[in-house]
Amino acid sequence: MDIRSQISMVFHLDKCIGCHTCSIACKNIWTDRKGTEYMWWNNVETKPGGGYPTQWEDQEKYQGGWTNENDKLRLKSTGKGRIVANIFHNPHQPTMDDYYEPWTYKYEDLFNAPEGDDQPTAMPISMVTGEYIDIEAGPNWDDDLGGSPVYAEHDYNLNGLTDEQRAQLFAIERLVFFYFPRICNHCLNPACVASCPSGALHKRGEDGIVLLDQNRCRGWRSCIAACPYKKTYYNWQTGKSEKCILCFPRVESGQAPACFHSCVGRIRYLGVLLYDADMIDEMARKPDEELVDAQRDMIMDPHDPRIIAAARANGIADDVIKSAQRSPVYKYVKEWGLALPPHIEYRTMPMLFYVPPMLPVVSSMDGDSVKSMAEGIFPDFDKARLPMEFLGNLLAGKNTSKVRYALKKEMAVRHYRRALTVGDIDMEVAQKLLVEADSSVEEAEEIYKLTSLCTFDQRFVIPPAHREEAIQMTRDPLEFKQSVGFGFREDPSRGA
Amino acid sequence: MSVKTWIRDDVAPEQRTWEQFYRNRWQYDKVVRSTHGVNCTGGCTWNIHVKDGIVTWEMQGLDYPMLEHGLPPYEPRGCQRGISYSWYLYSPLRVKYPYARGALVDLWESARQQYDDPVEAWESLVTNPESRKRWQKARGKGGFRRASWDTVLEIMAAANIHTAKTHGPDRIAGFSPIPAMSMISYAGGARMLQLMGGLALSFYDWYCDLPTASPEAWGEQTDVHESADWYNAKMLAVMGSNLNMTRTPDCHFAAESRHNGTKMYVFAPDFNQVAKYADEWMPINAGQDGAWWMAANHVILKEFHHEKQTPYFIEYGKQYTDGPLLVELHKDEDHYEAGQLLRANRLEQYADQENGDWKFLMWDEEEKTTKMPMGSVGYRHAEEKGKWNLLLKDGLTGSEIKPALTLLDSHDGEALVRFDDFGEGVSTTRSVPTKRIATPDGEVLVTTVYDLLMAQYGVPRGLSGEYPEDYNDTEKAYTPAWSEKYTGLSRDNVIKFAREWATTAEHTNGKCIIIIGAGINHWYHGNLMYRAGIQALMFCGCVGVNGGGLAHYVGQEKLAPGESWGAIAFGKDWYAPSRLQNAPSWHYVNTDQWRYEKSFTDYHTVPPNQPEGSVATGHTMDVQVRSVRNGWMPFYPQFNKNPIDLANEAAAATGSEEEEDVVNYVVDQLKKKELKFSVEDPDAEENWPRVWYIWRGNALMSSSKGHEYFLKHYLGTHNNQISDDTFAKDTVDEVVWHDKAPEGKMDLVVDLNFRMDTSALYSDIVLPAATWYEKADLNSTDLHSFIHPLSQAVPPCWESKSDWEIFKQIAKKFSELAEKHFPDPVPDIVATPLAHDTPAEIAQPAIKDWINGEIEAIPGKTMPGLKVVHRDYKNLYKQYISLGPLVRESGIGAHGTRYDVDDFYDEMLVTGTTQNWGGMTYPSIEDDEDTCNAILRLASVTNGELAYRSYKNMEEKVGLPLADLVEKSRDFRVSYKDLQAQPRRFVNSPMWSGLVTDGRAYSPFTYNVEKLVPWRTLTGRQHFYLDHPGYIQLGEHVPTYKPKPLPSQYADIHFTNEEAKSMMLNYLTPHGKWHIHSTYGDNHRMTTLSRGVEPFWMNDHDAAEIGIEDNDWVEVYNDHGVVVTRSCVSARIPRGVCIQYHSPERTYSVPKSPLRGNRRAGGHNSLTRTRLKPNFLMGGYGQFTFHFNYWGPIGSNRDTHVLVRKLPELKW
Repeated sequence: MDIRSQISMVFHLDKCIGCHTCSIACKNIWTDRKGTEYMWWNNVETKPGGGYPTQWEDQEKYQGGWTNENDKLRLKSTGKGRIVANIFHNPHQPTMDDYYEPWTYKYEDLFNAPEGDDQPTAMPISMVTGEYIDIEAGPNWDDDLGGSPVYAEHDYNLNGLTDEQRAQLFAIERLVFFYFPRICNHCLNPACVASCPSGALHKRGEDGIVLLDQNRCRGWRSCIAACPYKKTYYNWQTGKSEKCILCFPRVESGQAPACFHSCVGRIRYLGVLLYDADMIDEMARKPDEELVDAQRDMIMDPHDPRIIAAARANGIADDVIKSAQRSPVYKYVKEWGLALPPHIEYRTMPMLFYVPPMLPVVSSMDGDSVKSMAEGIFPDFDKARLPMEFLGNLLAGKNTSKVRYALKKEMAVRHYRRALTVGDIDMEVAQKLLVEADSSVEEAEEIYKLTSLCTFDQRFVIPPAHREEAIQMTRDPLEFKQSVGFGFREDPSRGA
Repeated sequence: MSVKTWIRDDVAPEQRTWEQFYRNRWQYDKVVRSTHGVNCTGGCTWNIHVKDGIVTWEMQGLDYPMLEHGLPPYEPRGCQRGISYSWYLYSPLRVKYPYARGALVDLWESARQQYDDPVEAWESLVTNPESRKRWQKARGKGGFRRASWDTVLEIMAAANIHTAKTHGPDRIAGFSPIPAMSMISYAGGARMLQLMGGLALSFYDWYCDLPTASPEAWGEQTDVHESADWYNAKMLAVMGSNLNMTRTPDCHFAAESRHNGTKMYVFAPDFNQVAKYADEWMPINAGQDGAWWMAANHVILKEFHHEKQTPYFIEYGKQYTDGPLLVELHKDEDHYEAGQLLRANRLEQYADQENGDWKFLMWDEEEKTTKMPMGSVGYRHAEEKGKWNLLLKDGLTGSEIKPALTLLDSHDGEALVRFDDFGEGVSTTRSVPTKRIATPDGEVLVTTVYDLLMAQYGVPRGLSGEYPEDYNDTEKAYTPAWSEKYTGLSRDNVIKFAREWATTAEHTNGKCIIIIGAGINHWYHGNLMYRAGIQALMFCGCVGVNGGGLAHYVGQEKLAPGESWGAIAFGKDWYAPSRLQNAPSWHYVNTDQWRYEKSFTDYHTVPPNQPEGSVATGHTMDVQVRSVRNGWMPFYPQFNKNPIDLANEAAAATGSEEEEDVVNYVVDQLKKKELKFSVEDPDAEENWPRVWYIWRGNALMSSSKGHEYFLKHYLGTHNNQISDDTFAKDTVDEVVWHDKAPEGKMDLVVDLNFRMDTSALYSDIVLPAATWYEKADLNSTDLHSFIHPLSQAVPPCWESKSDWEIFKQIAKKFSELAEKHFPDPVPDIVATPLAHDTPAEIAQPAIKDWINGEIEAIPGKTMPGLKVVHRDYKNLYKQYISLGPLVRESGIGAHGTRYDVDDFYDEMLVTGTTQNWGGMTYPSIEDDEDTCNAILRLASVTNGELAYRSYKNMEEKVGLPLADLVEKSRDFRVSYKDLQAQPRRFVNSPMWSGLVTDGRAYSPFTYNVEKLVPWRTLTGRQHFYLDHPGYIQLGEHVPTYKPKPLPSQYADIHFTNEEAKSMMLNYLTPHGKWHIHSTYGDNHRMTTLSRGVEPFWMNDHDAAEIGIEDNDWVEVYNDHGVVVTRSCVSARIPRGVCIQYHSPERTYSVPKSPLRGNRRAGGHNSLTRTRLKPNFLMGGYGQFTFHFNYWGPIGSNRDTHVLVRKLPELKW
């Protein structure tokens, strides 16, 4: 047993507004520089949709993540022997077409245009070339089902749906979408780290944040191909790659990452999970449909004295263990089984989990009229507009029972709260539903509170960073205090 | 390789020193609290981060005080738009310096060489048609020149002086929307203009955001739940409101309430963003929500009122609604017509009642007699105080009333009453139970409002007449089966919905909320759709309870500290009255849009056989003229003479300067038609508006319904409309017809802005305005109960200044020039309409026109009020910066409240800075922050003592205890600096209808329900029935369904040739995701996350039919103008409709239009024009009495149709 501490995340998709405030909070602070314009460490996708970069989920195309070959994990993009062979040309890199060419407008013309016989307008220009640009792609191009025949209809997660299901999904009977916000998953088995020829990527011991060393990076871009989530990006200005840092400067000072802080849908949770690092390799080799359980098995009970002892033995501080005990992520993922990992079949063991959304009920055509197919106050989650298979593909390695479990419990909680607050559902019926959903009144109350009434401090239980200990390894903390901030700021540059 | 090797602990700590690269970025020097003064109703608190003296980014503040236990917290608030604001500060779109149109600058400079006096210089330019035309036709076409502040101030001041002198100050207009979002900035321009005698243009109605059904039902502009109260609802019906888009920071309360067992329905023609939260999404046909509610009400009444008489619903109806009031029925051949409410003074025992025309009657079911309940408008404006309340007691005898909602159990007859089914265009007759009431003039036949409703909704109760058989009757209105043909939704769904709705309300005592907005209000018949929904709330006792009611969100109308702000903004501390103009009428008339349509009955279905003089016939313009003449609506310019000259003329003619003599002279001149209202001849040169200030808004694009008509008739520059300006020629009666419509009415258009938007681009002068991170200001909203500051994170950048400062500078220059041109105070005669919350609410019991001699012309009663104001132009600047004496002398108030502030005024003289001039000392409001503090100090919501006084004042009128509501917070005070430290929640005040004690979520009308304070309506109750004679003529006295105007009737495509491969679509312009109106839409973040333009959303099958693929350029056109943009093809848009989200700018990425001679295409409003629904022009009668932004026609535009085709050739 090798107990480690990992800062993990839950995104409650049922609450997501799709507003992208998170994306901009991140961009304002981290990727507003030359060379980073197209980087969206945090982005929000409409599902069904193509995502960013386009079709990133299609590993036939991008060859990201791991495969299990003869019970051995192998990077799809660069098997161990091929790292060097592909170092100068990686055939599976996304190109500018898969991202987009950043643009702006010639706003100056509005001020400077000489008097003419027609109104001036600021024309779009490329931020790369400075020339006129015909805008044909962006980082959120298919937002809200925009261009659905081109994008949504080719969502990777539609694989395995019947033709009828697919057709109906874009007709009034089933038409639906939801939002899927994404950041780096800070995986337990990160393909990006494994792929780096320079050893520039690493996972921080104290909190599991995956970082890309801006000194050591040589710009080989293996990480970009290897990450199946396409969450490392190449900075064309500095010649180095960059990725989501989970706002470690904020986390270290007890603040939530910017995208979490700014989440106005209040969908995000952050907290520590204790896991057994000895299990990673074995668990990552399990069959697809067992992966959700396998990953949960690695997450250990922070109240268990044996786990606490093992954590202490590994140097995990008491207040970090306490933080793990209060972790909202532990509850959603492990205790309640409500939160699920994205595309766990990529086998990177992502540490960001999603609570599946409850979507409106299907309808049918009744003559010329549309008829909603709900019976009772709340619709049956099996009659939701999105086929369960879609969510299974996205969140459960095709294991739809995991999605159904979560939705059943979410719905049971709603029934229970309605029985309590309205009374037009019988309490006995509601309690029976809870039991059937593998839950209880006590658990339902807890789920309800953490979902609806949660305060900032309940959503984000940030472990203390003990920076003094980290600093002590290289400098005297007192001396550090006296001199921090003095010096010249320098951009990382190629060949540093 | 072990997978664990990349977990790097502390093996090489020095290798992690690079992490400082990112740590350095997360450093800053200062954090300042501010917010965004944008028209979104968000009112979010933001921390602005400053690093090296530059604003680098903004993050949401999290420190909202918590509301009561069991409610989710407000943190964080702030959306994708707000968080991108910092881009603007240093962007190439920023207006850094004053700019002026080059053509004007050249002319000005040469005129100034010729004339030493700037006013004479200006006069030389505007009186020369050639020079005036020179800069007019250059508007919008480039050629800006950077100018000095001195130059532009001189031009503006000269234009003001010249206009006041030559045409009258009521030709100087200002437009700035929604003061609540940055109230000091609004107040700056408004104050300068009012002190000058100029006019403020309304916004809420013009934006079509005023839900006219709210004043119709409640006499209230709008009062709604703070968003936390959605959480208290157990059923949410969301319609015409896309919470994700428009209520982004509030949306979580809806999402979270679902997890607390709340059921959520979403009604929208498209699968919109909020639909993802719905348990059931109802893909209702666009603009047919009224039919749904009418059918739902049919079910609710039948099952929960008639078959089962749900006790809570019945008792609620008796006490809080007009349901039990008696209505007169009039015989008309073989049937009866529903008439007005029976007036109390018609009965012998109440014949001598004060204001007996304005008191009403109920049938007491126990005593079997008529009773006269208290609380009606007649009690409100009576000498006898203390009876304006909702106790069920007779106002004369004090006896208890047991009202009969229905006469079904005690009727002495039945009468067949005629009802209209406007959808089918047929009349039906249905019986109602009646009683005969003896009066000195003989018996009158009455029924109750409730019985009329039962008949109108078609609830069979065993009475004769054309009642439907059952729910499956498709022919008879308003059955579930009937609704299918309009809504496109199954009858089973509406039945199920109605049952769930009423059952929820029954179990929770009314916890059902309708969240509603622009998607419904912007239709021509939006009031009817709203009203049908409101009735479902009233039938189930949902109004005035937490978690229940109508939550209308569009337009940030709630300016919490309204009393003191209003006094300062409209110069009421110096002069009364103000000139407040309803913008819809003003623009409809002055942009000549009235010339482009014929009778409104071409598209507005009204009952047949209208009586003589009906308001339900003819041209809207004729009703508009009548409305002004009768004092129902304001109109400025007032007369075809300068009001200063007119006052002087009156004094000369009568030899008296007494107000009464001057006014009598004016009335006499009007009666003799020697003097005319400007509205009667708006195209005559003497009646044009001349100078227009625009600030904080995009008056020439975002809100200019009929944008191209603005360009033509206001600006006189090129435009793309092809309609016919003589269309109305043979239809109008009341207005002077000119065969040639004037183009370019405006001499000068000034825009204050931080960015170069469309309005700036088309203005003559653009002034650099400070951004929301560069000035002190205040912000409040109806979505939460906190008040926020805007603060200076950095000083105003480059040469920008705050709006308050800019108008102060203009005022200063104006006063300098006035030394010569207006050395002495001048009299100005000010005409004002009959005003809500004053005795003018009981001015006109019937529609009678003095112009025809039907009634005496009495100012303030049968015609506009007339007052003489003596303006001191020389001292205008000093007045601007000084809080004037009138607030000290007369106290302040709003919504019919009043309280004294003299002691606080005097305290300010001691503790604050002062202005000393003319031998007097005044509290200074020279600086923005002074003004913030003055407002906070003198408003009831931020000064508990004043709330207490205001309640005490109300107690006298109401006769019931009220001051206890603020007893606990009587010592509450808040200053600007307090707000910078933390958001503060305001306290209870009688200005508002919700109660917030102990962290309770604000829900409207809880004050009325719990404290029995009447609604500010005719009867003091919530109105099902609208008995205004005009409403009866229009057939809207009862709730009803009216069909949408057909494209052919609406004449959007009358002169347009349909090009090959085009398709006609209903054009919707809802609020979008990447902008707040036009703000942020041109911001780099938002253009990147969208598609670089505001695209044209259309259905995939529709697109395929005319060969359009996703992201193709398309040309969208009709008579009014043209738009060229990209397509966004999507299955989520239903066939037959299209969406261009409100509101794109024409300043970026807009190509040229082949269909309009390759001229630059326009913006969304290039395809619209406005129509005014005549109902809302009524006045002087209960809740149908004018109040700025409160009552009046609204700028509807949603029934528009367009043609779309693939753009044949892209040209820039």
